[in-house]
Amino acid sequence: MSLSAAEVEFQSNKGPEPLKERLQAKLHQYPSISPVMVLLISGAVFWILNPNFKDPFNLSLVVQQVAVVGAVAVGQTIIILTAGIDLSCGAIAVFASMVMGRTAFANHLPGWQSLIIGLLVGTAAGAFNGFLVTKIKLPPFIVTLGTFNIFNALTLLYATGRDIQASEMNSTLVWMGTTFKAGRFQITLGVILMLLMYLVLSYALRFTAWGRHVYATGDDVEAARLAGIETKRVIFSVYMVAGLIFALAAWILIGRTGAASAINGIDLNLDSITAVVIGGTSLFGGRGRIIGSFYGAVIVGVFRDGLTLAGLPPYYQSLAVGILVITAVTIDQWIRKANK
Amino acid sequence: MSVAPALTATNLFKTYGSVVALNGADLQLYPGEVLAVVGDNGAGKSTLIKCISGAEVPDSGEITLAGDVVKFHRPQDGRHAGIETVYQTLAVAPALDIAANLYLGRELRKPGPLGSIFRMLDNGAMKRESKSHIADLGISTIQNIGQAVETLSGGQRQAVAVARAATFSSKVIILDEPTAALGVRESNQVLKLIERLRDRGLPVILISHNMPQVFEVADRIQVQRLGKRAGVVTPKTHQMNEVVAIMTGALKVEEKDQTLQPVR
Repeated sequence: MSLSAAEVEFQSNKGPEPLKERLQAKLHQYPSISPVMVLLISGAVFWILNPNFKDPFNLSLVVQQVAVVGAVAVGQTIIILTAGIDLSCGAIAVFASMVMGRTAFANHLPGWQSLIIGLLVGTAAGAFNGFLVTKIKLPPFIVTLGTFNIFNALTLLYATGRDIQASEMNSTLVWMGTTFKAGRFQITLGVILMLLMYLVLSYALRFTAWGRHVYATGDDVEAARLAGIETKRVIFSVYMVAGLIFALAAWILIGRTGAASAINGIDLNLDSITAVVIGGTSLFGGRGRIIGSFYGAVIVGVFRDGLTLAGLPPYYQSLAVGILVITAVTIDQWIRKANK
Repeated sequence: MSVAPALTATNLFKTYGSVVALNGADLQLYPGEVLAVVGDNGAGKSTLIKCISGAEVPDSGEITLAGDVVKFHRPQDGRHAGIETVYQTLAVAPALDIAANLYLGRELRKPGPLGSIFRMLDNGAMKRESKSHIADLGISTIQNIGQAVETLSGGQRQAVAVARAATFSSKVIILDEPTAALGVRESNQVLKLIERLRDRGLPVILISHNMPQVFEVADRIQVQRLGKRAGVVTPKTHQMNEVVAIMTGALKVEEKDQTLQPVR
């Protein structure tokens, strides 16, 4: 610790500019550095504040709690990478969960059929957003503000004022809530599904032409179009894929809460954006890594859990999350200035 | 001795509502030459090259490429036929590296199931190829092919755009005001690049407002006026002020004073 401090001193003696610029350039190159640092430091602090924090049971709980928002953040990230935003993501997830629950409960469909119908409905909802953004050419903020209300209303209409409990659904739908032991940790299948989604989307973004086109479109849509990329098709596909991801998150949501309810998960809209932003993805598009959103979601979970264990009232959690978001965006702005 | 033209446009007409953009425009481009197209605003330069590149479809008229009649409906059609366009707006994605930009929209995939099933990009091959393409063009200022384009100067960025066009254009390369967004030194880099493309035998159409630059690199200069060709001259036969006079209509050039055949 003292050694690295000495190094910093040494470098800043050579002049403050190079170090600052080097740091800026590094953060620019590896946008996941800052969330990982925040995660490690906050983890260490909460551990010191309350040794129970590092208890495997507690850590397992944190991860289980972030499974749903972490999954929704996967879809939110690819949308934000195209310089878009989705305020309706939580509404789509809740709507999809209600479709899964009610088709199983009221229409007595087998669980896997309800699941597939729910996934299709989520995909269609995302495609509807994508249609409004690319064909009607409305700003994503307005589109999804509108569809947020629409999907919410549809959910409430369809729910007919009643939650569907786990006991009223086929076991396929609550399967994601199944826990198993991994060493001293308790993991749910929902956590595994979330991690799989990160894996698949990381691969698609890094190693396929589609992923490269997503970045290029978010970076400079006109340049991407002139380079021969069908930017509208890319953006449409992103909203549609995100819809499917939100529906998969709905499956995790049912497993996590043990019910399909019109009010569970309504915070997901903004919480997913929080996770993406803390994870270092730029709201201006074209910049960021999807794994950062996982760190972002975990950071929020760690703060909520750690502050509770430290004995602080719950509203300090919101305070901390607010500060995190503003800090993250400030850092993003600063990093973006690096090469201007 | 007559050389077959690489590209011709004959009697093109294009109207937008009541506005006549092209009123029987012609163009002949010969192998290994730089043909500058100049003209006042609204003279139909842009529409002409858009029709050639496929960005616009002419109402009537004929375009031939290497002797064959072609009909383009989308920019992709022109691209597939071997016509590449470089725009003034530095059309590169800033956060992507040079190799990714060079292959943007035309990415190479790995051979075998990794590429066909998992759609995996062959980044290694794209880096290698980009490196050799950049070296071929003699762009020495670019050191690291994995560098993000936003770390480059404006001139280097435009060099990347030109390199991309040169890599994929087998027949014709069109440069639409390639230096408009650049400083003097950077413009000179791009002009050097244009000369190198020509020396490799690739015919170049250069749209520009900048007369000194046109006179520096062009083999022939086509002056557009009121949607058609007002004349084709060369930097040797005519002065800069004469070209401007043709542009404005103050000077008429007789057919015998024009340079309709290649000079190289």
